[in-house]
Amino acid sequence: MKILVCVKQVPDMESRFRPDAAGVWYAETDLAFRVNEYDEYAIEQAVLLKEQLGGEPEITLISVGPDRVVEAIKKGLAMGADRAVHVQDPASHLKDPFQIASIIAAYAKGEAFDVIFTGMQSLDRGSSQVGVAIAEMLGYPCATTVVGFEYADGTVTVKRELEGGVKGTVRLKSPAVVTCQLGLNQPRYPTLPNIMKAKKKEVTVIPVEQLLKQDARLVSAQFRAPAKKGGGVVLEGDVADQVDRLIGILKDKTAVLR
Amino acid sequence: MKTLLVGECREGKLLESSYELFGFAAQLGAETAMVLIGNQGALPGYGGAVYLADAGKYGEYNPDLHKRLVQAAVEREKPDYVVFMHTSYGWDLAPRVAALLQAPQVSEVVALAEGGFERPCCSQKMRQVVQPVGSPVVLTLQGGAFPALVPGGAPQQQPLDVDGEGRTEFLGYEAAVRKGVDLTRAEIIVSAGRGVGKKENLPVIAELAKVLGGEVGASRPVVDSGWMEAGAQVGVTGQTVSPKLYIACGISGAIQHLAGMKKSGFIVAINKDKDAPIGEVADVLVVADVMQFVPALTAKLAK
Ligand SMILES: Cc1cc2nc3c(=O)[nH]c(=O)nc-3n(C[C@H](O)[C@H](O)[C@H](O)COP(=O)(O)OP(=O)(O)OC[C@H]3O[C@@H](n4cnc5c(N)ncnc54)[C@H](O)[C@@H]3O)c2cc1C
Repeated sequence: MKILVCVKQVPDMESRFRPDAAGVWYAETDLAFRVNEYDEYAIEQAVLLKEQLGGEPEITLISVGPDRVVEAIKKGLAMGADRAVHVQDPASHLKDPFQIASIIAAYAKGEAFDVIFTGMQSLDRGSSQVGVAIAEMLGYPCATTVVGFEYADGTVTVKRELEGGVKGTVRLKSPAVVTCQLGLNQPRYPTLPNIMKAKKKEVTVIPVEQLLKQDARLVSAQFRAPAKKGGGVVLEGDVADQVDRLIGILKDKTAVLR
Repeated sequence: MKTLLVGECREGKLLESSYELFGFAAQLGAETAMVLIGNQGALPGYGGAVYLADAGKYGEYNPDLHKRLVQAAVEREKPDYVVFMHTSYGWDLAPRVAALLQAPQVSEVVALAEGGFERPCCSQKMRQVVQPVGSPVVLTLQGGAFPALVPGGAPQQQPLDVDGEGRTEFLGYEAAVRKGVDLTRAEIIVSAGRGVGKKENLPVIAELAKVLGGEVGASRPVVDSGWMEAGAQVGVTGQTVSPKLYIACGISGAIQHLAGMKKSGFIVAINKDKDAPIGEVADVLVVADVMQFVPALTAKLAK
């Protein structure tokens, strides 16, 4: 059995974002990058499936992006993936979700993966398109927003999260794509021995031109902070002072403190 | 300009959010038609064309067939835009329809923008204006971003059918787990988010709730990490609350969290990031470290 996990590297969301020189996406200076949270659940589910099947499946990670994404790949390898593919693309941020999906599908086409895991969305772009688009391009069935995953004899049974805490159970035959939602499992922390082992694992580098044959269907024209609506009070400065001011406001504006 | 709106049914009922599609079309100034996989009882209050396929036959979740049903309606309407809500149905189905139509897709649109559509990015902290290339364009709309609009009138029904089967088998719904405190009745809620740092810090939040006579809620990562029970989660997949006072401690203010608490009477957010999106809904944003501010607040209130 062969498993593919799609991994994106994204900035820490607590960062302060500034537009890049073209004003169409964020500038990367001063940003700390990490594995997209949703993808950590995807990696973990792949490793859990491998463990369930007695270590038989081979897990390949794929990440599209510039050199820095190697750090995300290393983390995935240390969590238990076997090998990785780095699609080298310094301009991946200018590719639209359709192009990113087509790059991954072009790689996966010849490889006959049985299960492909992706995150349900990325924290930075958040299109929630890539996983489904890969499935459509490969002709695989797909289930999204998965919070429960089981595999037995070529059948994947998942729980999809719907609104209001309701879940829907869905069964599909492999080969299949599932997009992983928060809470699906508890992503493991790589142990030191596994971090050491990961260093020896194979990372294949493929230039993006070899896989990308599609033009963009979306152009990012502007990147900016949202227009401030809020007339809310912002309290900054010394903590004791903030406490006093907040208590004053609560007494003034709410009935909860007398 | 023409839009094909994709309505959404759950257990035989039209979801209220489907009316936001009409609100969007009105802002766009576009002609409308709707496609719905549902039943007679789920028809919208709308006097235009509604392409109706039978959910009894096609299932409420059968993406392969729903995709082709939408395609069949697109062939008849030839719209410029095919519009979904950004829900578990919309974000699942829209990319499939886009792939089939070879169309560009913009996800989670919050506003019309010159030359394109505005959408959130970077966990709602920032905005991106996106211009699609080609037509038709598939869109999903963020819930609540456009006003719900009931156009009124009796739908002109157009039956819709396709052949074949889907590759996914839908086995049924599972109701939400509702355990623990009923936060929907609480007058004061102090909620812990990931910014609280670790499980060991939670008593600090509970102490504040206690001196205020309130309950403790949580954002999703706190529940996913097993720090608190699922019943404490506030948000689109948790509880919807409307206390007189909501204090969000170390919560960024993701749209899915806001969906559950923005109707609170008075909202206080404690966050070390001045730009956190929670600032958009908070009446007071305290820019501070929760672990410094909350104990200080509790101590003062306890006096
Ligand atoms: C389909 C779907 C459904 C979802 N349903 C829900 C839901 O029902 N409820 C829900 O909550 N989420 C839900 N989510 C998840 C949601 O998108 C966010 O990931 C989540 O709400 C973030 O939780 P958080 O704010 O606690 O954590 P983060 O987004 O990680 O934010 C932590 C915040 O704490 C601040 N912070 C960090 N350290 C400190 C400190 N020491 N002092 C003060 N501030 C600090 C940071 O600046 C940051 O703003 C859902 C997501 C999806 C895709």
